[in-house]
Order: sequence, then structure tokens, then C-alpha cells
Amino acid sequence: MDISTQKTDEAPPPTTLPTPTEQKRAARGATRPGDRIFLGLSRGSGILLLAVMAAIAIFLTYRASLAISKDEANFLTTFEWNTSLVPPKFGIAVLAFGTVVSSVIAMVIAVPIAVAIALFLTHYAPRRLSGPIAYVIDLLAAVPSIVYGLWGALILVPHMDGLFGWLNDYLGWTGVFSWEEGAPRSMLTVGILLAIMILPIITNVSREVFRQVPRMHEEAALALGATRWEVVRMSVLPFGRSGVISASMLGLGRALGETMAVATVLSPDFDIHASLLNPGGGTFAQNIASKFNEANEFGRDALIASGLVLFVITLLVNGAARWIISRRKEYSGANA
Amino acid sequence: MSHAAIADKRPSSLRGASLPKWTPWAIAAGSVALGLGISAAAGLDSKIQWALMAGVLFVVGTYAIAARVEGRRQAKDRVATSFVWVAFLLAVIPLLSLVWATVQRGLKVLDVYFLTHSMGVVADFEAGGGIYHAIIGSLEQVGLATLIGAPIGVLTAIYLVEYGRGNLARAVTFFVDVMTGIPSIVAGLFILSLMLMWDMQPFGFAGSLALAILMMPVVVRSTEEMLKLVPNELREASLALGVPKWRTILKVVLPTSIGGITTGIMLAIARIAGETAPVLLLVFGNPFINNNPFEGAQASLPLFIYQQYSQSAGSTAAYDRAWAASLTLIAFVMILNLAARGIARWKAPR
Repeated sequence: MDISTQKTDEAPPPTTLPTPTEQKRAARGATRPGDRIFLGLSRGSGILLLAVMAAIAIFLTYRASLAISKDEANFLTTFEWNTSLVPPKFGIAVLAFGTVVSSVIAMVIAVPIAVAIALFLTHYAPRRLSGPIAYVIDLLAAVPSIVYGLWGALILVPHMDGLFGWLNDYLGWTGVFSWEEGAPRSMLTVGILLAIMILPIITNVSREVFRQVPRMHEEAALALGATRWEVVRMSVLPFGRSGVISASMLGLGRALGETMAVATVLSPDFDIHASLLNPGGGTFAQNIASKFNEANEFGRDALIASGLVLFVITLLVNGAARWIISRRKEYSGANA
Repeated sequence: MSHAAIADKRPSSLRGASLPKWTPWAIAAGSVALGLGISAAAGLDSKIQWALMAGVLFVVGTYAIAARVEGRRQAKDRVATSFVWVAFLLAVIPLLSLVWATVQRGLKVLDVYFLTHSMGVVADFEAGGGIYHAIIGSLEQVGLATLIGAPIGVLTAIYLVEYGRGNLARAVTFFVDVMTGIPSIVAGLFILSLMLMWDMQPFGFAGSLALAILMMPVVVRSTEEMLKLVPNELREASLALGVPKWRTILKVVLPTSIGGITTGIMLAIARIAGETAPVLLLVFGNPFINNNPFEGAQASLPLFIYQQYSQSAGSTAAYDRAWAASLTLIAFVMILNLAARGIARWKAPR
């Protein structure tokens, strides 16, 4: 430390303020040993992060390839998961279907409500209320998913009976809402629970966006005699559209990868059901959590293979969300 | 809000006819009464049907009345307002229910005995036992994860803000963003694949590694935001005095933003403390007290909740323990959250 400062003392003191190019050079190349060490440490951390991402992709792919190469059935289209059979047969068709269906249900329910809550907080609620409510929503985002899972399994599931019976009575003829037997531990219940879980994050990001709508746009609309709804529709929603889309995709990423809440609520099987109300089906993450304990080493490799698919899907969804956000630099949903 | 205030001061001749302020309440009361009446007359017995009936009547009634007196546009505005309010109330119900259920059911068995005993000699379906082993496991795993994740996260953020130019920084920024979205179970599977390579048995530190992976991007993001808030004048003043850059960062930039950075780290801890999936895969769970995170299976609070729920075949005693452990976990997370926000306010640069 002393050596480094002494060395700098011997150097001729700069007589003028550093020009931008000099600043840039100072930022890029470090001359003092302390600087070099510090730069090395911090750059090393950044590189380590990249290395971890790469390692995740490489190791998952490697273990997955071990499993898939021994899979006697088509990995993408098979409706069963028997890794202890000789020869083993397993495929992700049911899991992919279940993951997509539960996430889509969650999105269909959560996005309109979350956008409405964000509008409520920014444009409808009394000022005194909106602060504390936003704070509570922040806290709710922090509730661990296993607690949502426990609540879903022990409180939400019994309460779904009424709704399911009603849906079956009036919409059962569609086939999608028919309900035959069993506790309502089905995709619809999972979707509703996931919707509740991703509500806070979509609300938070959308709220940030709506808050940044230029005041002038709104006032211009008001000055033309627009009602509050017309202000929202003509100036707030168009401005916030890309933000809402990326917020929804962040929520979608969460819903796709959610494990414990699905594992506690769903009563899984390895089949695709047309009805959302009958129990059955499964998701990637839920399948890993429920099958893990009885799986041998090969079974674990097979689960890793399904995890790799989930990893790729969430990577694509999140990458798309970030890309949409980064096109508008003014706000970033990353810190929500 | 503001336009309403302005509008009120204008002469009334410039405004169209408007409904009095109590109209929504009156329509609400009317539609609830009518809804109950119709439902009772038609013999509907579900509460959901009653509420739905009342809701539909409210929307139709508001639209009809407002359209008649104030015009179509105002009517639409009123319907939109009521939809926004309903959405908010709809979201509050499950969240209130969650908090209420956890507190009410959790308090049944939560006492000092529960916090200081393990499940070592208690079968999952029996009453008694506690979560001491799970608390120990959680604290150790989360603590080790923080020791790994927090420094790397902060250093990466320093690199991005203070040094970061060019392709490497851009790549790090992008992948940190992507990394925040990794499902926790995938992080668990990654460490699991490493453990399969070297044929290792579950142990606490493996869980810590997965938790650290989940923690790093969160810390990077929040620290980055905080470092960006430090005024450039402070850095320039320090550099102008001939202070090396690394000392400027350590002595000027970090102390200025330490409050925000601490807040970010605490929020990240709160987030990983509730992660179950990686712990399930890597730490496995253990009813006995295991103080050594580097050898042997351990328990952890979220994992304890899951196993009490899933392995007890519907035993009430196990459910009670699961709720009590949930309450403990929520309390821990909430205290961390509140403390973090407290620090943020207390240390906020003025």
C-alpha cells in the first residue's frame, strides 16, 4: 500500500484536469499495483459469474446427454417417465404441456389484475393509501414459495370445490371445465396459485412504468376533456405497453420455474388431460422435486435432462423480457 | 384527482350533468340487495354465485345509470374505475388469507420448546418435536451462501460501474439479467450434476453453493443501482487529490453507498432463505441436529415445511408443525426485509 502511494508521489503531478480521453484511459488501464489487484478482483468476479453460467449449461447438457442417449423412447414425445425400467423410457411431453398450461392460466389471471392494481396504485388510489399498499405488495413478493405452497394445498384446495362444481355445472360441456372426481388438485388450482404468486412482481414492474408516463401526456388528454379512463387508455397504456409486456414475461419466467407450490398442490400423473379441473399432469420443476427422492443415479440424470429443457425455456423467456426492457433504457425491471 | 378539483371550481353550466358522490355506494348496496334477493328466489346456494350476481348487477347498474345521466363516456369511466377497485380487492383476499392462516395456525405449536428441540426422536405423525435442527441448518447454509455470494456480487457490481467498458461488461450485464431468472431448481440441478460427477452424498455446503448462485445476480443488480447513485463529483474530488482509484472506491464510493448495498444484500438473503427446491436436492433433510454443514445431510426451514407436509400422510400434528415453521420463516424474512428498509432509510445519503 505504502509502496504504491510513494510511487505515485514521485510521478509528476497532473497540472490540468484529466481530459475525457485521459479519464477513459485511467478507467481502462490501471497503473498502480493496488489498482491492478483491485481491478483483477472485480473483473475476476464478473468473469466468474459468466463462468458459472457457462458451467451450468455445460454440466447440465453433459449429464442430460448421458441420460438421453440411453432413453429408448423419444425424449420429446413420450407420455411416461420410467427411468428404472430396462431399457428406460421417459419423455417430457406431459411436463412441457403441464408447464405451459399452468403458466398460461397464471398469466391470463395475473396480468389483467396486476395491471389493474398498478393503475390503481398510480392513478386511482388516494395518495395516502398508495404508498403503504405498494409497500405491502413489496413484502408479499418476499413470502417464500413453500409458504404459498402450504397455503395452497391446505387452504386454497378445499376452497376450490365450490368454484369447480359451478364451472362443471355451467361450462362442463366444453370438456375443458368438466370435473369428474377427486380433490381439486388440478392444473387450474395450480394456475390460480401461480397467478397469486406472480402478481406482486408484475404489479411492481408495471407500476414503475406507469409512474414514468410523462405528466404532459396525461395533462394534455385531461385538457381535451378526457375522462380518467380515457387518459389511461390513450396515454398511460400505450406508453407502458412494452413495460407491461416485459413485466409479464418476468412473471412468466417465475411461473415456469416454480417448484414447491406446484409440488404441494398438484396431484400428478403422466398423462395429458383435456380438462383443467381433473387432477393430473405435471410440470418440469414439480416432476423433479417429486421424483428426486426415489431416483437412482440414472434417474437423476434423466431429471437433469428435463431440467435442462426448463433452463433453456426460462432463458429464452427472460432474455426476451430483458431485451424488450433494454430497448427502453429509462426503466429497468431488474431491480423489482 | 387534480382535474376533478379544478373542475369543481368551474361554473356548473360548463359541465354536463353529474351523479352525486354517493352514487357508487348506493348502486353497490342496491345491487347486493337485489343480487341476494334474486339468488334466494332462484334457490342458488353458493356464496360465489351470490357475489357474482351482485357484481354483474353492479356493473350493469352503474353503466345504465351513468350512461343515462352523464353520458356514455362517463359511464365507461365509472365501469373502468370499479374494475380497477375490484381487481385490487380481489388480489387482497388471498394475500390476507395467507397471512391470517399462517399466523393463526402457526401460533398453535410455536413456543420456546418448538424452537429449541429437533425432530430426532419424534416420528412425523406424532405431536411434539421442533425446528431447532432446521433453524441451525438454514442459518449455516444461508450464512455460507452469503459469504460466497455477497462479495462476488458486490465486486462484480463494482467492476460494472467503476471499470466496466466494452464487450466483457456488456456480456456480464446481460448474463446477470438472465441469471436472475434462473429457476432455483435448475441451480440445484447444476450443483447436483457436479456432485454426481464426484459421487458425493448430500451435505449442507452443496446447498449453500446453489443458494449463492441464486444470490449473486440479485446482489449485483441492487449494488449496481446503488453505486450509480454515488455522485461523480465525489470520485473526481478524490482522484484529483491523487488518491489511487482502488482507494477511492474503497474509501469514498463504498462508504457513501454502504446503506443501499447492505439493504440489497439483506433482501437477497431474505430471498434465498425461503428457497426450497435446491435444498431438497442437495441437502436432503435430516431429523437430527447436524451442526457440520460440510458433512452429512442437514435440515433447513423451508425443507422442513415441505417434508412435514408431504411425508406425514395428513397428520394434524405435522401440519401444525409445518404452519409454525412457516410462521418462523415468514417472520425471519419479514424482519430482514423491514431491517433492510430501515437501514436504507437510516443510511440514505442526504
